[in-house]
Amino acid sequence: MALERAAAATATATPRATRLCTICGERRAALKRPKTFQQTCKECFYEVFENEIHRTIVDNHLFNPGERIAIGASGGKDSTVLAYVLSELNRRHNYGLDLFLLSVDEGITGYRDDSLETVKRNEIQYGLPLKVVSYKDLYGWTMDEIVKLIGLKNNCTFCGVFRRQALDRGAALLKVDKLITGHNADDIAETVLLNILRGDIARLGRCTLITTGEDGPIPRCKPFKYTYEKEIVIYPLHSHLLLKLVLNLLCIYSPNAYRGFAREFIKDLERMRPRAILDIIKSGEDFRISSCTKMPEQGNCERCGYISSQKWCKACVLLEGLNRGLPKIGIGRTTGLHDINKMKSTAKILQSKHRETLDF
Amino acid sequence: MHLTLEFGGGLELLCKSVKIHEVNVDPPEKETRLTMKHLLSWVHTNLIDERPEMFMKGDTVRPGVLVLVNDCDWELSGQLDTVLEEKDAVVFISTLHGG
Repeated sequence: MALERAAAATATATPRATRLCTICGERRAALKRPKTFQQTCKECFYEVFENEIHRTIVDNHLFNPGERIAIGASGGKDSTVLAYVLSELNRRHNYGLDLFLLSVDEGITGYRDDSLETVKRNEIQYGLPLKVVSYKDLYGWTMDEIVKLIGLKNNCTFCGVFRRQALDRGAALLKVDKLITGHNADDIAETVLLNILRGDIARLGRCTLITTGEDGPIPRCKPFKYTYEKEIVIYPLHSHLLLKLVLNLLCIYSPNAYRGFAREFIKDLERMRPRAILDIIKSGEDFRISSCTKMPEQGNCERCGYISSQKWCKACVLLEGLNRGLPKIGIGRTTGLHDINKMKSTAKILQSKHRETLDF
Repeated sequence: MHLTLEFGGGLELLCKSVKIHEVNVDPPEKETRLTMKHLLSWVHTNLIDERPEMFMKGDTVRPGVLVLVNDCDWELSGQLDTVLEEKDAVVFISTLHGG
C-alpha cells in the first residue's frame, strides 16, 4: 500500500508527464493492469493479453488438434472478445481447431435481439459458422413469457438452468467435442463467493475448475478464467481491428439477481486490492471438503436423462411447474422429490406447452 | 475550458442516450485548476439525468466504471487528482454488463 501511495504522490506531482510503457520502454503508457500494476502501452498490452490466454490454453491442455469447438456466444463483451482472440490464436499458434459460434435465444425482447445481431455480425466478420438455439423451440417458453407469469423474482433461476441445457443441446447438434464460454476472472470470483454465501459445497468444489463436465456429454472450458473483466473491455477499445463492442447494460430481468450483490462486493474489493480477484479464485481452487461432509451423488434425470443429483433435473422440475401453472415449484430449498410427489398427487395435467422432449 | 466527454457501456442511458457531450467547464471558485474530482461532480449535477448510482459512488465513479483521459487509464494520471486541460477528451465506460 505504501508503494501505491508513493506512486500516487508522484502522479499528482507531475500529473501530465508522459509515462513510458514498462515493457517496451518506447511508447506512451496507456493503461495500468490491475493484475500486475504494470503500466503498458496499447501494443504491449495486446501482446501480453493474447499471450497470457495462449499460455492458459496450453498449460491447462484445454484443446487437442482436430477438435471441433463451440464458442458460447451471447453477443456480449466476453464472448465476442473470446471468439476474436481464439480465432486469432488458433491461426497464429496452429491449434488446428474447427471453431463454431453457438448462441442461445432466451426470448428477451429489447435485450437479446440486440446482442444476437452482434453475434450474426461476428459470424461474418470472423468467418465462424453460427448456430442459434431458442428457449421457445426447446422448452415452449420464452423468458418474456416466463417473467410475465412469475415476475422479476427467481426468473434468473429459470434462465440459468434452461441456458445450461440449451447450450448442451446446441453443442450436441453441432457435434462438437468441447464448449467454451467467456466466463472471466471476475465472474469466477463472484461464483466462489456466491457458493460460500449459499453454503453450496458441491458447486464450490467445481466452480473453479477450468474444464468441467469431462464425464458428461460435452466438456466445457473457460479460457478467460484468469482474465480480468476490465482488460476484456479495454482490449477492443483502441480501434483494434474488427472489434466494435456493443455494450449493453445488464439484462433487463436481472435487477434482483443475488449475483448482483456478489458483483458489487467484488468490484469494491478490486478497487482496494486488485489481486483479490485472483486470490479468491486461488482460495476456491484450494478448498478441500471435509471427509465427513455428505455430498450429493450424481445420477440421471428420470424424465430426460440429463445429469442430475436429484430424481428429476432442475429444468424438468421448473418446466413441469410452468406447465402446470405452479411456477413456485423448484424454487427455494424444498425442491426435487418433494415437489414431484406434490405434483404427482395433484389433479390432471394442465394443457402442456411442451414442444420437444429433451433426450440426452 | 472546453472538454469532450464520452459515455459508453450503457452509461449513455443515464444522460439522455447521448454518447458524446461537448461541454464547457470551469474550475470551481478559488481554484486555478480543474481536476477530475471537480469534473465528476459537475457531470453528476449537469449531465446525469437518472440513476446516478450507476455512475457515481461517493465522490468517485462507481466501481466497474472505466475512466480514460485522452485515451489513457486515469489510474496513470492520479485518478481523481488528474488535472484537466483545454480540449481534453474524457471517456467513461461501464464494464458492468453481461458477457
